[in-house]
Amino acid sequence: MIGYILRRLAQSILVVLVVTVIVFILLHQLPGGAARAILGPRATALQVAQFNTANGYDQPLLIQYFRQLGEWFTGNFGFSIKLNQSVSSLLAQRLPKTIVLSLLSLVLTVVVAVPLGIYQAVRRNRTFDYVATGLSFIFYAAPTFFIGIIMIEVFSQNLGWFPPEAPQSNGVGPIFEQFDAMVLPVVTLALLSIAGFSRYMRSSVLDNIDQDYVRTAQAKGASPQRVLYHHVLRNALIPIITLLGLSLPALFAGALVTESIFNFPGMGLLFWQAAQSSDYPVELGVVIITAFATVAGNLLADVSLAIIDPRVKL
Amino acid sequence: MSDPGRAQVDSLGEMPPPEPAAAAPTGLPVGQAKSMFQLGFEVFIQNKLAIVGMVVLVLAVVFCFVGPLFYHTDQVTVNLLTTNLPPGPGHPLGTDETGYDQLGRLMVGGQASLTIGFAAAIIATIVGTVWGAIAGFFGGLVDAVMMRVVDAILSIPILFLLLFIVTIVRPSIPVMIFVLGLTAWLVPARLVRGESLTLRVREYVQAVRVMGGSSWHSVLRHIMPNVIGTVIVNATFQVADAILLIAYLGYLGLGISPPATDWGGMLSNGTAFIFTNYWWLIYPPGILIIVVVVAVNLVGDGLRDSVEVRLQRR
Repeated sequence: MIGYILRRLAQSILVVLVVTVIVFILLHQLPGGAARAILGPRATALQVAQFNTANGYDQPLLIQYFRQLGEWFTGNFGFSIKLNQSVSSLLAQRLPKTIVLSLLSLVLTVVVAVPLGIYQAVRRNRTFDYVATGLSFIFYAAPTFFIGIIMIEVFSQNLGWFPPEAPQSNGVGPIFEQFDAMVLPVVTLALLSIAGFSRYMRSSVLDNIDQDYVRTAQAKGASPQRVLYHHVLRNALIPIITLLGLSLPALFAGALVTESIFNFPGMGLLFWQAAQSSDYPVELGVVIITAFATVAGNLLADVSLAIIDPRVKL
Repeated sequence: MSDPGRAQVDSLGEMPPPEPAAAAPTGLPVGQAKSMFQLGFEVFIQNKLAIVGMVVLVLAVVFCFVGPLFYHTDQVTVNLLTTNLPPGPGHPLGTDETGYDQLGRLMVGGQASLTIGFAAAIIATIVGTVWGAIAGFFGGLVDAVMMRVVDAILSIPILFLLLFIVTIVRPSIPVMIFVLGLTAWLVPARLVRGESLTLRVREYVQAVRVMGGSSWHSVLRHIMPNVIGTVIVNATFQVADAILLIAYLGYLGLGISPPATDWGGMLSNGTAFIFTNYWWLIYPPGILIIVVVVAVNLVGDGLRDSVEVRLQRR
């Protein structure tokens, strides 16, 4: 078990290193290099050369990479000329908000999708199951921004229940003071994953329901409730852990779209605005952070799986 | 999108008993291959939802590609005299903010969405299959390095990667196909690699080796036919993903440049008029995206069932 965790950890570190290589390659794909991106198209050749010397862009690629790597690992992601702020301080402001948004929507997803999937599996092929399956198909296919737009139109414009814009405050605390403004963004972000998770939960319960151990439990006289909650659920919930880890990239992407719909000043909105204004240091910083978070999330999911499920002993 | 492959690997692992018997008559592969295909086709035909999905897809293709031959509209010249007209005579679905006929625009936008969706899926599938097959075939260090690259790119949320790339290159339909195709090959690569690793050690493939068959023989005759089912199923889901991603990029304002458009871009333009209730600019493109993606997913589910049944009968 310790060996498995160590091997998995080494693998994650390797993946993170490959990510940094990819981001480094991306940095060098900028038209005219980083100098043009920051100094603009009207900079003279001399200015570009000066910039390159000052920032070490005239050195061999390998040296540049290791220097860059050192900077990234000490938390220095460069400086956003467009926002006149260091990328790390921007991330420190924006990342907590995206984490709050994503966590709230993950909690909502699990709270809704797990019972829904179980109920569908227990009452499979009845009207409720068909309706829920149909809805999950639709929500799985609906672009997040379309759902968000409909949400705003129905709940904000027509019914007036919730404001159409997310809290604009600077810190994380005030988000909870204006909680009604968070309802629509969280629900919008959660709907897609609810659709995916409930389908997964349904088939996971169905996979377990006709296993031998269930028949044994039934034969021993356990009540249907006991079989469901003590035997089936324990096993059916295990894949959800892996699914939580795997859903992180989609969650970040969904957060980007959700933040842009509801104008929620998190990391996604920061990235979107950076993409529109070609603010490369910010873009690369966000890409690195999300990739790190994803790798860490997958590692966490795999390790907790190894602890919970004794069958994982690879 | 990775669950279809996993489900299949599981089902492969769970049914060892019939395998040796089926593996014995290796002398008649041709007739067997044909009946395998027929079996799968029969199962697919019986799946009503998959047939509905297929019909909807064909209708969508006809609407987008044949429709403009009968319904002529000017989708290039801006006409400021006919902006934002509600549906009425001459314009069955009204006009948008630059005076384009909305129904004709849905056809043009659909051409882009469908072309990019299918072409990107094909590129992704080919690249992924080759990558995964090489990794799975050689194994060892090659496999480890190639798969860490896949892990690394997978850990960067694809929407972030795409947004970064489209700020470097100017998006057009061919560029979009290329970019989407080259970012979406990761899942097929993993599937093919996993399949070839499991298949390589299966009894009937080892039997070939014992009988003196070359490794190319086992790859072409025994591994590929089994992998192809999984790959085709995944390619279907890739189409759905690509259509959604192109819609997301369009919504985020970094999609295809005007006057060309896609359904996501149209929906994005429509959202500006949400508070003026120009519903014809919002709901038609949104609903078309959902309908087409649901249809593609239904076809994919049907194909998956038929591939699984085909494998189980062997």
